[in-house]
Order: sequence, then structure tokens, then C-alpha cells
Amino acid sequence: MSSSNGFWSLAFHTLFVIFVMAPIVVVCFMAFTPEGYLSMPTNGVSLRWFEALLNNKEFVGSFRISLALGAASATVAALISIPAAMAIVRYDFPGRTAFLTLCMSPLMVPSIVLGVAFLRFFSQIGMSGTLVGLTISHVILIVPYVLRTIMNSLGSLDSALDHAAASLGSSAWRTFRRVTLPLTLPGILSGWVLAFITSFDEVTMTIFISGPGTTTLPVRLMLYIEDSIDPLVAAVSTVLIVMALVVMLILDRLFGLDRMLIGRSPSDPDR
Amino acid sequence: MKALLRRLDPVPVLLSLPAGLLLGLFLLIPLAATAILSLQAFSLYTGIQSVFNLDNYVEIFSDGYFGEIFLRTARTAALTTVLTILIGAPEAVILMRMKAPWRGIFLLVALGPLLISVVSRTLGWALLFGSTGIINDVLIGLGLIAAPLQFMYTETGVVIALAHVLLPFMIISVMTTLQRLNPLVESASYSLGASGFTTFRRVILPQVLPGIFAGSIIVFAMAASAFATPQIIGGRRLKVVATLVYDEYLFSLNWPLGAALALLLFVIVIIVAVGFNQLAERRFRRLYG
Amino acid sequence: MTPEDANGHQRSPLVRISGLTKRYGNTTVVDRLKLDVGQGEFVSLLGPSGCGKTTTLQMIGGFVRPDGGKIELAGRDLTSVAASKRGLGIVFQSYALFPHMTAAENVAYGLEVRNVSRSERAEQVKAALDLVGLAPYGDRYPRAMSGGQQQRVALARALVIKPRVLLLDEPLSNLDASLREEMQVELRRIQQTTGTTTILVTHDQTEAMALSDRIVLMRSGQIEQIGAPEHVYDHPDTRFVANFLGKTNLFQGDVGQSKMRLGNLSWATPDATPDGPVTIAVRPEKIALADDGLPAKVSARTFQGGQWLLDLDTPHGPVLMQRQNVGARPPTVGERVCLTWSRDDMHLIREEAAR
Repeated sequence: MSSSNGFWSLAFHTLFVIFVMAPIVVVCFMAFTPEGYLSMPTNGVSLRWFEALLNNKEFVGSFRISLALGAASATVAALISIPAAMAIVRYDFPGRTAFLTLCMSPLMVPSIVLGVAFLRFFSQIGMSGTLVGLTISHVILIVPYVLRTIMNSLGSLDSALDHAAASLGSSAWRTFRRVTLPLTLPGILSGWVLAFITSFDEVTMTIFISGPGTTTLPVRLMLYIEDSIDPLVAAVSTVLIVMALVVMLILDRLFGLDRMLIGRSPSDPDR
Repeated sequence: MKALLRRLDPVPVLLSLPAGLLLGLFLLIPLAATAILSLQAFSLYTGIQSVFNLDNYVEIFSDGYFGEIFLRTARTAALTTVLTILIGAPEAVILMRMKAPWRGIFLLVALGPLLISVVSRTLGWALLFGSTGIINDVLIGLGLIAAPLQFMYTETGVVIALAHVLLPFMIISVMTTLQRLNPLVESASYSLGASGFTTFRRVILPQVLPGIFAGSIIVFAMAASAFATPQIIGGRRLKVVATLVYDEYLFSLNWPLGAALALLLFVIVIIVAVGFNQLAERRFRRLYG
Repeated sequence: MTPEDANGHQRSPLVRISGLTKRYGNTTVVDRLKLDVGQGEFVSLLGPSGCGKTTTLQMIGGFVRPDGGKIELAGRDLTSVAASKRGLGIVFQSYALFPHMTAAENVAYGLEVRNVSRSERAEQVKAALDLVGLAPYGDRYPRAMSGGQQQRVALARALVIKPRVLLLDEPLSNLDASLREEMQVELRRIQQTTGTTTILVTHDQTEAMALSDRIVLMRSGQIEQIGAPEHVYDHPDTRFVANFLGKTNLFQGDVGQSKMRLGNLSWATPDATPDGPVTIAVRPEKIALADDGLPAKVSARTFQGGQWLLDLDTPHGPVLMQRQNVGARPPTVGERVCLTWSRDDMHLIREEAAR
């Protein structure tokens, strides 16, 4: 698309930005209300609801659980996805397509179905409500994201690099450690961060399988909203939005968010 | 067979073993177990029983209550899809036309919400929708309506919030298609004397159509199985299949019926997605060979 | 083919390739290739894309498994030796420099793998960078270097491990024309300094002729002709070789009564030539203008700086001739002239069987 945007395009674009931003901005504003009920902070700005949040043991505990769960599941997912991506990108073996389909299949199954499936399975094997069970379910959910990012990263490497290392006498393991891994690291980190935020935000599947001691932050927020909507949930949401913002900036730095989500950007061929 | 085994390189097999085992064990088995569960009977006194039949499915198909909820789910998903097309497709074209710094900035605006929890985004709409919410204030202030409109617990509200949540997927899909196009085609059309409207209808639209189709499949599938947004905006009063499954599991405790509902939803979504995909492939293969 | 070059030197073969074959599905990419390369020799595999030259190089390098045949290095069968154990130096078409390592680190990699001590490593890296004229650039990362500099780093990296054989895969194809000529001279100098046996793969005939002791012309997975560049150029065995190496004019003539005839022109033939139709090849630069000879009419004239190119129409088909720009006025378009050449510049081409 080479032509530029005309007046009507820009008018449409303005409405679009308002539509996208309105609910997010409203949540953030209302979190700063000095009142005891949800309202725009027209009478000054207050941090009282963030203070209330810090003193709320349940939300703070859930925040910790979500952090730990996100970090653990993203790490496990990256650890099993690196070899899987190597196998898929570098080798041709019988069952390769089936294996790739299996790894990507969690994207195809609705989260609600995953939720009920894990609920039944974990309660049968006595793992319901445990952090281990939650971690396994989250790993399965996020493997497609990590695997795809690492595969993109591996696939963009010049295969002659491997041949060059081999011709210099490098063993396969040494080549992986000294050449492949350092060059794929940005992709692996991006995958990890994307997986972390996906796990951190997950609610539909997790609401079925988290127990009283393992309630994640979005699930706690969801359950709270089902009861009542007050400025406290706005404060929690603001924290989640700020986290998303941080992740967005990290991903943009590491990999280019546009490239990660839509593929190579034509205006920026060298990235 | 022996020859095959001898030639089989063990390295890729070992590399794919951890992921393969985990997914095989913890994805395929639970799904199969759920399918079996959906065939079992449940009673409040004895719990899940070891009888296997299709009673749950028969109940779903014969009881109008379930039919109504499935229809509502299909309707909201379809309307959500239409809304994301109307907003997302033009915006994708506009984004593609933007120049260096602006495109990056507004891409973050358009796609960044993907990284924000669905609960937070939906909460924003709940705040905007409330009977004393900002939307009604604005509409009344503009003189467009006299009395506040009801958005909470209505299909309209669910569709708007869902469209907001799923919009990035439509934009990604359309932009991916646009990226593969030759940017000069549009200029070529203008150089041949075509008007802006003709160029849009004859040149841009046909090229964007495959992206819209692909995006629609994703959005429809996700809208049909969405849980958090309908749960917050629609509440108990306006159930869709996903929130119904939740109620069956956690309140009625009728897991077998919940499993049957969830699997039915899964199967319907898959059939619709695969069907549309094949339709699209047939159509666009003819167009683009 | 014996490892005997155009000068008749007998060399003991360092690399001996025999019956080398590679098939992809039903296509035979390399077909029973047989080639010996002598110690210190510079051999080019030359041919159009798809002729199997790159696959051959990849089989020598150990990246592609042959379906048949043998590759021996100094008498040792390499066929089932892993690429990392072959001890060959390879310069890749894309250079394949490790982008996260500096030039010096790239060069040091092969030494590091061989557990060479740190001080020894530094010394050898410095010597290698010196050899390619990059001594001050050791701390640069590849992306901060020009194409020609990257090429030199790749060469230093391949040479520092003192390989028995150096393999060059289209090493100059990513450089622009003037840099390419400079690197040709440079490559030849470095190869002669180190005396490393070298096998070059290229589709560029000027590059092959400028660099090699012997050219191996390949076509459809088979060897078409082997020989010293000037020999292959002047005495192409087949129509394909004549056309692929430089430009050539081909005439349909015939032989009879110890005479070679083209229209009403005739020349004496060597004794052994059998009677019948023949194809006669004459290079454009061997043709001269004369008062008498083959009548021709100029159809196009192109000025190329050092020379003129003339396209001419003759009773025996179109003819291309080159004329050095020595100041004399070349004939203009439409002018009628006569063409001549010496008997020694004519070459008979054996008609090949249809492939």
C-alpha cells in the first residue's frame, strides 16, 4: 500500500484508537479515584486503592502465585521447545508433521475445553489444585507460542553457519552451544516473555483447575468481579495493564513486536 | 522395517521426546478422558456413575433451553465477527499505509491489548457500560438518546466487548495478507485512471479478502468459546455455552453434562472453522491459482 | 583423467574422487564423477546452475551423503567420515561468518576447537589476518565490515586450521565487479603463498580461467571436459564447452578429400579426420577483416571501450567478431566486408550424442 491516508481514513483511525483505548484508559483512571465507589477521579487523585490492594493478602498472594506460575511454565515450555524446534527445523524424520501438529494443537482446543479436561484428569490422578498441575497445564497452553517463536528464530539462521562450524572441526553440541544458541537467544527470550504474559493472564482454563491455595491473579479478579465491582478491581487491572506495557516494550526491543505478530515488516527489512 | 529402523536418525527423535511425551500424556489423555466422561451419567446423590450412553447428548439436543443458549452463542460469535471485520479490515489497510514512526506506534496501540488480561479489558467495558457509565453520559450529552441504554447483561454489550478483545486477531490476519502484496499494484490502478472507490473495490478488496476470511475463522472460533467476557458482561442472566459449562461444573456439579456441552462446542467450532477454511481455499485458489 | 596438467607435470593425487553419485528422487544430480586433484593444485568445477558442481562440493565437505562412489583424501576414504572430522577448509557463498563473534574470534574458532593454547591461538589468528590483509580489523564484527572484508575473514578462518584442501563455494559471487577482480588476484596470491590444494566451485567462466590450474567443466552431473584453462578455451571438445567458455561462432561445414570446406572456402585438414559433416568453431577475437574471404554484412556495431563488437550476417549464419580499439575506423552498419581467420584458429567439434 503505497498511497497515503486521506481525511476519512484518518477520521476512521481516530475513532478506532478511541474505541481501542477507551476501556483501558477508563480502568486506569478509575483506579486513582479518592472515592469509595467507582468514579472518574474528578475530585483529585488518590492512591488509596493501590494501598488497599497492597494490604489485601489474597490479591498479593495471588499475584505471587501468578508470577511464579508464569515464570515456571515459561521456563519449562522454553526448555522442551528448544530441542523440539531443533528437531522440526533441522531434521526430516518420520512423524515430523504429526509432531508439529501435536505441539500446535493446544491453539486449536478452546481454553474452556482444556479447563474441563484438566479438571477431570487432575482430580483423577490426585493433582487437582496443585501448583505442579497448574504448571503442567500452563506449559501445554503456551508451548505453541514459544515453539513458534523459536522456530522462526532458528529458521532465519543461515544453515551454512552450521556447516562452517562443522568444517572447522566443531562437534554438534559445541556448534549448538557456541553458534546456534547465542544466535537464537533473542528468539528464545521473546518466546519466554510472550509465554510468561500468556500464562500470567490466563483465566478461562485456570478458573477450573486452581484450588483455594493456588488462585492466580486473573482468577481471583474474575471471582471478585462476579461478586462486586469496586475501585479495588480497577487497581488490580491497572497493575495488569502496566505489566502488559512493560512486556510490550521488552518484546519490541528484543524482537520487534510487529515482526513477531505479523511477520517481517517491509519498511524495515534488516531487522 | 529393519532397514527403516537402521536408517532412522535417533537425534531428532530424542529432541522431540520431551515435548511429545508431555503433550501426549497431559493433552491427549485428558481430552480422551473427557470424551469418556461425557458418556457417563450423573446423579446428585451418587455422583458420576459407570454407565456409558449418549443420554447427555440426547438431553442437550432435545431440551430447548440448551438450544437457545447454543443459538445465542452462534449469534454473538457471528455478530462479533462482522463487527471485527468492519473495524479491523479498514484499520489494517490504514495501518499499512502509515509511514515510519506512526505505523510502529499505532501497531502497538492496535495489537498491544493482546498482552493485557481479558479480564481487565472486559472490566473496562463494564465500567463504560454501567447505567451511570460513560457511554450513556456521552450519548445523552450529544443528544443522541434521551434515556440511558442498557448494555450490561445484553447481547449488544457482549458483542461490543468481545469485538474489542478479538479485534487484534483480525488486524493481524489482514495485515499478514497485505504484507505479501505488491505495494505498486494500487499505484498501478491509479495510473490506469481508476478512481479511489474503484481501486478499493476492484484492487484492494479482492486482495484483502483472504485475510478477512482467515481472520473471521479465528475470531468466530474464539468468540464462540469465549468465557471471561460473556461471564462479566452477560453474567448469569445471559448465558452462552462456555458460561453454561462453567455453571454445570462448579455449581450443578454435573460434570458429565458439562463435558458433553464443552465437547459439543469444540466439535461445532472445529466443523465451522474447517468448513469455512475449505470454502475459502476453494474460492481463493480459483482467484489466485 | 590422470592428474596430469597441461604442462605435463605428474602429480600424486591428494584428492581422488571415483564413481561419485547423488540422486534426489529420480533425478541424478551427480553421475559417476571421477576426478583426481594433485597436491597444491587449484582446480575449478565450472558449469551452469544445476550441473551438480555445488552438490559435488557439498559431498566433499561432508554435508551431503553420496549415493555411491568414494572420496579419498591422501589415500584415506572420507565417505563415512563426519564433516567435523575431515579437516577441510571451506569458504561458503554466504561466507557464513558467525555474526556474534568478531573477525578475530571467527578466525580463532577452529583453533579453539582444536584446543590450541591461548597465546598460540592469538599468534596464528594474527598471522592469518595478516595474510588476508585484515590485521587492523580483528575487533570488528562482521556486520561492520564490507563484503570484501567479510570474504577475507572467511578465507582466513578456513586457512588458519591449515586444511589439507580448501573448498571455495562461489566465493566471489556476492561481490561487485571491480572488487571481484581484485579478490581474484588476491585469492590466487594467497593460494600460491600457502600452497593449499584448492577446489573452487563457480558458474563464472572468467573467474575459473583466471584462477585455476585446471578447469573441470560440468554438465548435467557429468564431466564435459577437463584441462588447463587456455587448453579448454582453445580446444573445446564439445559444442557445450565452446559456448559456455566465452563466445564462439559455429559453422556447419564438411570434410572430404583431406579438405575442410565451408561454402567455397577450404582448408587442409589433419590426416585422421573422417569424411562427413563437421561443426567448425572460431572465436570472435580470432576473426579479421580482409579483402578476400567469407563475405559478410555488418548488422550491428557495439562499442565496448577497449574493443568493438560487430554482428555480421554471412551465408553461413550470423557471426560475431571482436576488433581491438586501436584507432582504426570500424565498418559501419550495412557495410559489406570479407572475413578471414587462420587455419590454426579453427577447431573441429565432435558432434555429441543427444542427452
